[in-house]
This record gives sequence, C-alpha cells and structure tokens, in this order.
Amino acid sequence: MGITTAFSTEEPLGGSVVLTKLEAAINWSRKYSFFLYPFATACCAMEFMAVGGPRYDLDRFGAALPRFSPRQADLLMVVGTITHKQAPILVKVYNQMTEPKWVMAFGVCAVSGGFYDNYATVQGIDTLIPVDVYIPGCPPRPEMVLDGLMKLQEKVTKEKWSDWPRGPAPVKMKC
Amino acid sequence: MSTNVTLDKLSRQFPRSVVETHTHRGDATAIVRKDEILAICRFLRDDPELAYDFMMDLTAVDYLGKEPRFEVVYHLYSLSKNQRVRIKARVPEADCTIDSIVSIWVAADWFEREVFDLYGIIFNGHPNLKRLLLYEGFEGHPLRKDYPLKKRQPLIGPLN
Amino acid sequence: MTDSAKNLHTEQMVINMGPSHPVTHGTVKFTVTLDGETIDDLKVDIGYLHRGFEKMCENGTWEQVMPYTDRLNYVSPLINNVGYALAVEKLFGVQAPERCQYIRVIISEMARICDHFTNIAAGAMEVGAMTVFLYFVEARDLLWDLLEELCGARVTANYVRFGGVKNDLPEGFGAKTAQAFETCRKLWVDVDKLLTKNRIFIDRMRDVGTMPAQEAIAHGFTGPCLRASGVPYDVRKAQPYLVYDQMDFEVPVGETGDNFDRYLVRMEEINQSMRIVEQALARIPRGPINLDMPALRWQSKDDTYNRIEALIFHFKTVTEGVKPPAGEIYSAVEGANGELGFYLVSDGSGKPVKCRVRPPCFPLTAAMPRMMRGRLIADIVPTFDMINMIGGECDR
Repeated sequence: MGITTAFSTEEPLGGSVVLTKLEAAINWSRKYSFFLYPFATACCAMEFMAVGGPRYDLDRFGAALPRFSPRQADLLMVVGTITHKQAPILVKVYNQMTEPKWVMAFGVCAVSGGFYDNYATVQGIDTLIPVDVYIPGCPPRPEMVLDGLMKLQEKVTKEKWSDWPRGPAPVKMKC
Repeated sequence: MSTNVTLDKLSRQFPRSVVETHTHRGDATAIVRKDEILAICRFLRDDPELAYDFMMDLTAVDYLGKEPRFEVVYHLYSLSKNQRVRIKARVPEADCTIDSIVSIWVAADWFEREVFDLYGIIFNGHPNLKRLLLYEGFEGHPLRKDYPLKKRQPLIGPLN
Repeated sequence: MTDSAKNLHTEQMVINMGPSHPVTHGTVKFTVTLDGETIDDLKVDIGYLHRGFEKMCENGTWEQVMPYTDRLNYVSPLINNVGYALAVEKLFGVQAPERCQYIRVIISEMARICDHFTNIAAGAMEVGAMTVFLYFVEARDLLWDLLEELCGARVTANYVRFGGVKNDLPEGFGAKTAQAFETCRKLWVDVDKLLTKNRIFIDRMRDVGTMPAQEAIAHGFTGPCLRASGVPYDVRKAQPYLVYDQMDFEVPVGETGDNFDRYLVRMEEINQSMRIVEQALARIPRGPINLDMPALRWQSKDDTYNRIEALIFHFKTVTEGVKPPAGEIYSAVEGANGELGFYLVSDGSGKPVKCRVRPPCFPLTAAMPRMMRGRLIADIVPTFDMINMIGGECDR
C-alpha cells in the first residue's frame, strides 16, 4: 500500500516515531480521499452508477462520496458528452472548485467529442479546462474507470510541493 | 389498397385543402394546404368517428431544392379507434410560417418550439416560440440541409 | 387559509435548479418561481445534451445510424436498436425471421427491465433510500452480464441489424437467464418490502405530480406514466409488433396518475417483462436469425474474403450503404418510457433524408410545469425522477 512508500518508521526509536516528507504525507492522504463531483450528462452516467454500485465499489479507493457542491469536491468527473450549451456551466463548476482539484474525462465524448463531430458538441473538454486523466470507451467499462482512478492516484503521489497551485487560477470564460 | 376512413372523411370534409392522400406500407398520409391546418386538426380531434386524441409527433423535413421546401409532419393517433394518420403540410421558404396547433393539443407546444429551433419554421399563435434545444445567440437552424454539419457556434472555448 | 397565513406576504423568489444539479440525472434546468416553498411557476430548459442526432443520421448511411440509436435512451439501448431496425424493415417492406423476432423480444424486455431498475434505483436514491439503489444496480448488473455475453457491450449494444441480429443467443443463455432472474426476483421482493409500504416513500410520492387521464392524453403522455393515469395504452398490445401478440402478459395500470402509481406500474412491468422473457425463451424456434436478403445486409466475412463478387458487393454496401426504396414510414415500438417512434424518409439513396425519433420523455418533461404548479419545491425531485427524463432521448 501507499503507506510504505510514503512513510518510514525509524527503528532506533522503537517504531513509535514516523518520519516522512510533508509532501509525501499530504499526497498520500489526498490520493485516498477524493471527493468527487459527478458532472454526469449522458450515457456514461449509467456506467458511473455501476462503478458506484456494489459490484465495482469506488469506496475501495476512498472515492466513494460524491459531493454535489463543487466547493466540497476535489475530483471533477466529467461523465458524458459536453455540448456547447453545457460548456459554460462546466467551466463555471470547475472554477468554483477549490484547489487542489483534478479532472477526469470519463468516456470518449468528454475525451474528444467521440463520434459526435457536429455543430452541437465540444470536441473534448480539454479545450475548456485542464484534464488530468482520460478514460476512453463509449462508455468505459467500470474496470477501466477504476484503472483511471488508480492512474490518477499515482499522479497525485508524484505531485511536487513546488507545483501545487497557490491562489486561485480560474479558467477564463471568454475565448 | 383498402380505403382509409380517415382519409376519406378528410377529403370529403376539406375537398379544397387536401391536396393528396396515399397509403404507403400501411401508413395513411394526407398532404394538406397549410392555411387550413388548424381546422383540419380540430376536425380530426373532434369528429367522433376519428377522435385523434393523441398528437404523437410533430416534425419537419427539409427537401432542399424542391419547392415548397419544407414539410411539417404531424403524426396523430386515436386511442379509441386505434388508428394512426400522418398529416403533412407544405411550407415554402418564402413564407416560412404555419399556424400553431397548441390550442388543439397542448403536447404540440415543445414539438413546435423544437421545429422552430432546428428548422426555423415560425408557428403563428404559439404562446412561447423560443429556441428549445439550442441557445440564444445561435445563428441559423442546424437541421436545414444547407447548414454545414460542423459549423460550430460555441458560447465559450475555441472553434474546434 | 387563516388570516395570519393570508397576511404573510412573501416575496417571490426565482431559483435556478440545474443544469448541474444532483437530482437532474439528465441535464436540465428548472427556473422555479417560488412563493415561500410553493412553486408559482416553473420553466424547463432542455437541450444541454443536444448532440445533433438527426444531423449525424442525415450525414451517414442507414447502418451508421444504429450506434447513434444506442445513445438515445441509453438506459435501454436495445429497444432503440429494435425500434430503428423495425422501422427500416418497414421501409423495405420485409420482416425478420421468426427466431430473430423472438430474440428481439427477449432483448427488448431485458432492456425494459434494466430501465425500470435504473429508474426506481435512482428515484429512490434521490428521495433518500440508498439501499434500493445498491440492490437494483446489482440486479441490473446481473442482466447486463447476460447482455454482455450476448453482444459484447454492457450499455451501448449495437446488436440489432436490418433483417436480423448480429449473432445468435450464446450457449446456455436460457439457463443463465433463469438464474439471473431468480436473484433479480429476490432483489425485487426486497425493494418492494423497502418501498411499497414505506411511510416516507409514500409521503413523498403519493398525490405528487398527479396527472388525470384526459390531461395526460392531451399532453402526449405514453408508457408507464400514461398507464399510471389509468389509460391502458401499450404499443405492444394496441399494435403488436414482433411476436408480442403470442405472448401472455398484462398491462398494469394505475388509478390516480401520481408518482406512486408510476412507481407501482414500473414495478409490475418488471414482473411482466420477466414473464415475457421466460415465455420467449421457452418457445423460441430454431432457424435462421438473419434474412437472406443481400440488399439488406453486409456479406458474411467468410464470403467477403473468399469470393470476388461478395467482396465487390461488400465494398459497395459499406461505402454506399443499404438503399431502402423511396418513401416514408412511421414505426412505433413500446420503449421503456413510452411510445418510441421512428419517422424515416428515404429518397432511395444510401443516406436518410430524415431520421426522426419520437422521444417518449419529451412530452413528459414538457408537462413538468403543469404537474408542479402549486406544489412544493421538494416535489420536483420525485416527479422528475418518475417521469424518467433521459437526456439522450429528450434532447437527442
């Protein structure tokens, strides 16, 4: 588990003192406590329900608690197609989330627009907001989502203190 | 081809307005002049032998290059008679309007707004004819055949 | 009304509910004008999932429409598949072989069960009953396992073909279905015990979002919501398609047309659909699953690789698409939410001139203001759940 990589116990002190870098300790705690905001718009929401359901159980990864207020969430899951009508809302929700925050593009529509290449759809949410992990699939299987989540956890462990955002950095609404 | 009660009655009642009737694959269809669409729909609903109480679907088709260019298509269903009928009204591009049938079937409200949104056909007398699926500021009507598939009008973000 | 209540002046307040709101599983925006907690007016704004379905169809071949239909009502994609295939077959004037019709009935009903499971699961969760969500998502997963074995996908199946289906039922499908149904029935009973006589659930649902029969018809209601109002209209009975006329099943109807009746109708429909699946599995005949009609289908892979004529034919059908005769048809099936109609116009070429879907939840969503005026703001949640607005279908 992550605890062995993040912490080391010092034998001379009888194992009663734990030494680690603050950065590693914070990253370790962050990666097991994602509070996710399901920005569920389309078909992928069906698989999202399955992921949250008893069989696949997101809870095992510490990401079980969906928060429906962006202020309380740190993982924005964009689940489904984003249309041009929806785009300003997505950016607004993203901007309302407090740092640190991560974004997961769930499903191929969020990744790249999928096979909806027409007047109505945004061709991938990374044209609007920064994305941390992409999960392709139409919709992705739950195993894939869990894999994506683990990838994100890996990414979080590697984050550097110096790279942590300081102060608000909202995405501009006008292009 | 067996004669259809609805089409017969309709042709007799509105001899000048019913342009053409046919039955293709069992679907009874009447093509009517758009001026009398309200009266025709009211007749179809209120005549006890027809009693088309369901306005199942309302849409439009763009036959670009033909004149008249548009067709507004109504699909009606009679619960008591278990009958369906399709009414089509041709709408030319120059006079892109037709009477709203919201006063007859409330269900038509959103369907007409959608057709207005996507085809730009104006429904006279509609209580709230605004865009439904797209947003204010969207120019043009995307389901018209001359609207390019990928012509994007984003509210924010790049023109990808 | 007492004097004090009459004299209590409250200012009207406008609240935006949505488009990103926990209970709006489809993305929809309600602009609610409130007087205290009472809804004075409600405006519904849809279109947040308008993905240009019709435009995409008109720019692709007839076969290429099939995957898009999966994503209309994504809770029951197989019914959409079946509906579209039936519409195109009607355009051609052909009928699929009998075995295929049975398979289609089986998958349609399974999709309907999944839809109702999801609807009740989400609906109950949103009024606070998390257990129901867990139970019914598990039940749905059991059926998805079967569908996955059948067509390789959990949600978006793309399984039906014109004049047939992609492949036959896998080995032991009947036995596995029986097994899955056994567990589903247990879960159904559990949920029934949890909800049907649950005081909290009844208080949230009973007499909320009521729609009298006459008004429901005028608003274009179909499916479980219409039947909850006491109108026994079901396309499977009224204008039977496939082999539904040989199936023995009941159409449950409600009395008052409120949310609780909608819930009860759906629960009973789950049972009836299971009955249909079991009958169909017991009676399914042997025989071909595809029409032997080259104009309708792609050549088999075997032929394509080994015979030059088949290769040329394959090339032509893939690039140009199948070409239905010119004409227009409307074909309706009973979708999970109501009458799912396809209105297709062909000019004899490989691309549809018009491929219109009559979305069953579109008129239901349009009637939200009618159902909600004068009610409390908390009533929006169960009502919106029980009309089961599905973005992909409503906004297309």
